[in-house]
Amino acid sequence: MVLGLLATAGALYGYSVDQVREASILTVNPNGGSVESFHINVPMDRIMIGAPGQSGAVPAGLDWPTDEILADVRAEMFKIRNARDTVIGVAIRTAAKNNEEDVIDWVLHLPARGSVFVEMDATPREGGFRRGEIRAGSREFAPLDGFMTERWVANTSVEEDAPIGRIELTGTYTARSKQTDDEEENQ
Amino acid sequence: MKYIITLILGFFIGAGLFAVGLIYNPFMSDRNLSPLSVTDAEVITLNFSSVPNETIAYTNNGNALQQSRLEAALRLWKAPIRSASPPHPAKVLQLWEAPIRSTEAMVTVMRDARNQTAGIGIKFSSDSEKSRLLYGETIADSVWYIYLPEQGSFFIEQTENYWPFIRAVAFPAWRSSANNWRGNWLGDMTSGPGALGTAAVSGGSGRVQDLEMNGVESMSVRAYSADRGLVGAEGRLIIELPEARDESASYSTTP
Repeated sequence: MVLGLLATAGALYGYSVDQVREASILTVNPNGGSVESFHINVPMDRIMIGAPGQSGAVPAGLDWPTDEILADVRAEMFKIRNARDTVIGVAIRTAAKNNEEDVIDWVLHLPARGSVFVEMDATPREGGFRRGEIRAGSREFAPLDGFMTERWVANTSVEEDAPIGRIELTGTYTARSKQTDDEEENQ
Repeated sequence: MKYIITLILGFFIGAGLFAVGLIYNPFMSDRNLSPLSVTDAEVITLNFSSVPNETIAYTNNGNALQQSRLEAALRLWKAPIRSASPPHPAKVLQLWEAPIRSTEAMVTVMRDARNQTAGIGIKFSSDSEKSRLLYGETIADSVWYIYLPEQGSFFIEQTENYWPFIRAVAFPAWRSSANNWRGNWLGDMTSGPGALGTAAVSGGSGRVQDLEMNGVESMSVRAYSADRGLVGAEGRLIIELPEARDESASYSTTP
């Protein structure tokens, strides 16, 4: 009986959850920080499109609420891939109009590493990409500042099962400076 | 021969005793009072359905569709709890790839304290490597993105401990011959990262832009099935606004 007690205690002590990790593919930015690229193959990686009056719901059977308050809200959920084309997380993109202000937010959730919240500029820049500040992050991303860009790249391949295009997300991370933290404390 | 049989029987009795002792351990008390329930600051209260087939969309690895009773029992010990549920709608893409296999995603309508639609909430939760069963910690790392047209956007980072739920609801359901549980259970799911067991809330756009806040997620369960997950349950998120913004806040919130 003692053996059973000890074995169970040992098994529970040794039990752990191990998330599957893909090696991060980071490059060092010449001006400081590190750069990481993600992409989404459309339509294969699209989990959901939620928008009022949407014809052809994704996924089939989706019942998006028709409340007036959500009339200007559009949410899309995707799987996200790293530079090796391996799925490493999930992401949500929300576009909304708040009074006169356009809002485009991304949240990337990488189970083994953490999550990052990015608030994009509503107006695309020259070259057709948007840039947004990293507003907050969890776990590995908690001590990081930086920015992220989003860009739509149409597919030029003639392969039969090729995606129609991809959304490219490029994050540039910098460590949150200690001076900034001290300044915040003083405020 | 009789010594071997005695040894084996003793081993299993010991293992069973340990498991029972762990589940009914009176020293692992549930934290019943949320620190935000006694705050003087203004709070935003958001209600949502925790039952997957009452949400807009819910997806996980889809294992619930083909898992055996033994697999379901083993799965009981892993957070998050809703993984026993099949994805909704049925044709939603499942999260079967290895790096996201222990993750679930939920999109739901957020309602205010008057039960009016206030916005949209999206929750991602994953089994956490911080889980320690021996200490009664079945942890999920989760984040919320919430967009409330009248308030702005919120990013909520939290760790959730499902152990009190497993002890009070999931284990009794698994033990019952009908594989389900009915009753009333209310508990705070949030256990961190804040020192008082609160979630870290960051404001994005709107009136909460650039604000750092605290939050707590709780759940009220009425029915649970060991086979299908939550059957009757409501979730609640309470977000405490910083006191500096109290004067400018006047709508859709509860004191």
